[in-house]
Amino acid sequence: MPDFDVVSLPETDHVAEGDTAPDFTRPLVDTEYWEDRSLDSVVDGPTLLVFHPMDGAFQATYLYNTVDEHGWAEDLDVVGLSVSTPYAHKRLLGERAEGVRIFSDPGAGVIEEYGLAHDIDGMTGITETRPAVFLLDADRTVEYAWVASEHPEFPDAEAVDDAVEDLLD
Amino acid sequence: MTEPQITLYRLQACPYCERVVRTLNELDVSYRSRYVEPMHSERNVVKRVSGARSVPAIVDPETGVTMSESANIVEYLEGTYGEGGA
Repeated sequence: MPDFDVVSLPETDHVAEGDTAPDFTRPLVDTEYWEDRSLDSVVDGPTLLVFHPMDGAFQATYLYNTVDEHGWAEDLDVVGLSVSTPYAHKRLLGERAEGVRIFSDPGAGVIEEYGLAHDIDGMTGITETRPAVFLLDADRTVEYAWVASEHPEFPDAEAVDDAVEDLLD
Repeated sequence: MTEPQITLYRLQACPYCERVVRTLNELDVSYRSRYVEPMHSERNVVKRVSGARSVPAIVDPETGVTMSESANIVEYLEGTYGEGGA
């Protein structure tokens, strides 16, 4: 018996392949400023939409290291989303995630709508997101979806690579 | 969504920025807010568009005007979009 716990997360009715990714408006942060943007106005071609735990959590750090290592932002638009503030996103973007922009959703309304909400034991009042990756085409159709079913869990980078390659071909 | 008339570079809770916002609202001029960092050295985008790192700063593509300093901006907005303006 291992002496650590990987927690299974309950089933969730999340946004899935074939769905149209629900539109939303939130502050979108780049390395210079943030402004209210709708997802619809951001998606004008293949786009990787990445939901990640709050900035500073190792899951967010690892995820953006993977984005950088695989050069996804060079191949298509990569936009992240977490409950962290725009100020925290700016700090993160100063250190990693080259070419990425990140939505700020502190009230977790978008996270709830996508079916990704996750309560973290011992952080009362904070709704977190499960890690999730959605590959969208230009009209926001979800071509590939991965949503964590365990805590913690990381996306299969090779599967994302393949999905990106398929969509860009 | 139509493009807003004015792009306003602003700082959260900056009274000079709020003054410009009040004027934009009074004149019913559409605008979008771009928030920048409190640290002066982190405001390269504002320097790039307006030549200075101070906020508020506005860009008005309609007239080609870019401007900083809230008193100047308010005067410009009232002159351009107020009654009797162009």
